[in-house]
Amino acid sequence: MPDQPRAFGFDTRAIHAGQRPDPYTGARAVPIFQTTSYVFEDPESAAAYFNLQEYGNTYSRIMNPTVATFEERVASLEGGAGAVAFASGLAAQAAALFTMLQPGDHIVASGALYGGTVTQLKHLSRKLALELTFVDPDDLSAWRSALRPETKLLYGETIGNPGGNVLDIRAVADIAHEHGAPLMVDSTFATPYLCRPIEFGADIIVHSTTKFIGGHGTSIGGIVVESGTFDWSNGRYPVVADPSPAYHGLAFHETFGMYGYLMKLRAESLRDLGACMSPFNAFLFLLGLETLPLRMERHVSNALGVARFLQQHPAVERVRYPGLPDSPYASLVSKYLPRGAGAVFAFDLAGGREAGTRFIQSLRLWSHLANVGDAKSLVIHPASTTHRQLSDAELVAAGITAGTIRLSVGLEDLDDLLWDLDRGLAAAVGARANGRTAAEVVA
Amino acid sequence: MTSDGLVCALPDRSSQEEIRRYQDPNVIREILHTARTVAVVGLSSNTLRPSNYVGFYLQRHGYRVIPVNPNERSALDEVAYPTLADVPLPIDVVDVFRASQFVPDIAWQAVEVGARALWMQFGVISIRAAEIASAGGLRVVVDRCMKVEHARNMGRMHWLGFNTGVVGSQRNPDAR
Repeated sequence: MPDQPRAFGFDTRAIHAGQRPDPYTGARAVPIFQTTSYVFEDPESAAAYFNLQEYGNTYSRIMNPTVATFEERVASLEGGAGAVAFASGLAAQAAALFTMLQPGDHIVASGALYGGTVTQLKHLSRKLALELTFVDPDDLSAWRSALRPETKLLYGETIGNPGGNVLDIRAVADIAHEHGAPLMVDSTFATPYLCRPIEFGADIIVHSTTKFIGGHGTSIGGIVVESGTFDWSNGRYPVVADPSPAYHGLAFHETFGMYGYLMKLRAESLRDLGACMSPFNAFLFLLGLETLPLRMERHVSNALGVARFLQQHPAVERVRYPGLPDSPYASLVSKYLPRGAGAVFAFDLAGGREAGTRFIQSLRLWSHLANVGDAKSLVIHPASTTHRQLSDAELVAAGITAGTIRLSVGLEDLDDLLWDLDRGLAAAVGARANGRTAAEVVA
Repeated sequence: MTSDGLVCALPDRSSQEEIRRYQDPNVIREILHTARTVAVVGLSSNTLRPSNYVGFYLQRHGYRVIPVNPNERSALDEVAYPTLADVPLPIDVVDVFRASQFVPDIAWQAVEVGARALWMQFGVISIRAAEIASAGGLRVVVDRCMKVEHARNMGRMHWLGFNTGVVGSQRNPDAR
């Protein structure tokens, strides 16, 4: 009597999903298949691979066994039908859009999306004649009233940046589905450990795997996961459902069913846009996934400790961490992010641009750079770096102030992180935490 | 051949729970491992149709694929037969690409010809047919693709980043 199949837990799948040990060598680690191409068994097999009649390796721009292990592992953790990896998060996002949209289509997107995403959407809309409407992601009626007959996609982030908005995924997914459109969610800040948007009705998940999934600041990458449950044959997505001239008239959604969008994403979008993930980067991301549960636990507990410390510090005007109990997002956090609200958030420093600059200059442990989701704690002052061309009024419109500091809380000793922040804050505005040490505040 | 003309004309509103009873991974694996001959009801000779993709794949992986389709003379280099009763060799699996309301009839025929399993493809859902085949001693799979299940368990589905759900620390003995 064979065992009943077991539904393995998240932590087990973070280590095992997508890989059986190599059948020829028994290698236990995932081998790095650093190869461009693959020898065909015979001409018939080659033809079957190119016709998509058989799952086969042809060329590493389209598929690679190391990358595929990473893809399946992320798909398993997110609860999707499959995944396709890309050279970066922005490449993943562009390909996800490219696969489903055509000129004249309309996107309704959260106005709190990552700046690089907003830039890409604006650029794509000009180049590809797409229409865009940005809405306040917290206002469900704004999502609904922005819909048009040609609206083909709703797009938001699990956790916004820098405002820390938490998306009401279930409600926005329902709005999308009533309109016959999918909901796409950038879940980079949550990772599947903290939130799995597909469980709440989202259809497409994108990640910059550069961040917490990689976890060590070594590699750039991105991935698209799809649920397999959206009906691409509802008459609104001819680019997914109609016969493809590139494959002799193959209708991807009819022929591959729940895998149709993903097949099209790989066999057409990845093939044509060409931004494939390197096998070596996939190997590093797989190592990252193996410890994702452990790292995320520490990331969120450190983040909460830092947020509490800052909240009590006289040099700090406001802390925008959705994981704090008095956050306006507290009820959404308990629904969507019960294990923690991530480890990237902003706070506003009293004293404006000069105080921000002094704060950054005096830190000894936090690294001043433009990235998030590293084991190392990271910090940036938008008004003097990424947003330095903006006036104070323009900064406010972007949801930040001259004193806004963005943190990505790493895995160091919390007490050391607070020690350094306390020093920086003292240098910035000459104030210490009511005369107490950092350790006293946290205690 | 069947007495339930009215019933089989109605859409089959089965619950997910009923369907899941006919998606047992152990049954699926056992069918895939033991079957040799697969009669594909509704197999099209059009190479772009899903039935042709599945038949082609099963043929490549060593199964004898018999087209059963009154509208085809041949498909995938095999003679097509109008009904299951016309197939002149023992059938292990009846794999169905027909609208759900026609499947109870096909189930009765599958029992009569002594097939060992009835397999309904993605979107082909008839609990009535499943019960007929079960009562006749056949193993039954509902709303699953035979190609996908083969590729998931024994094939190369994981090469394209799909979530196979297969997890294990042993070398895959079925890898091919």
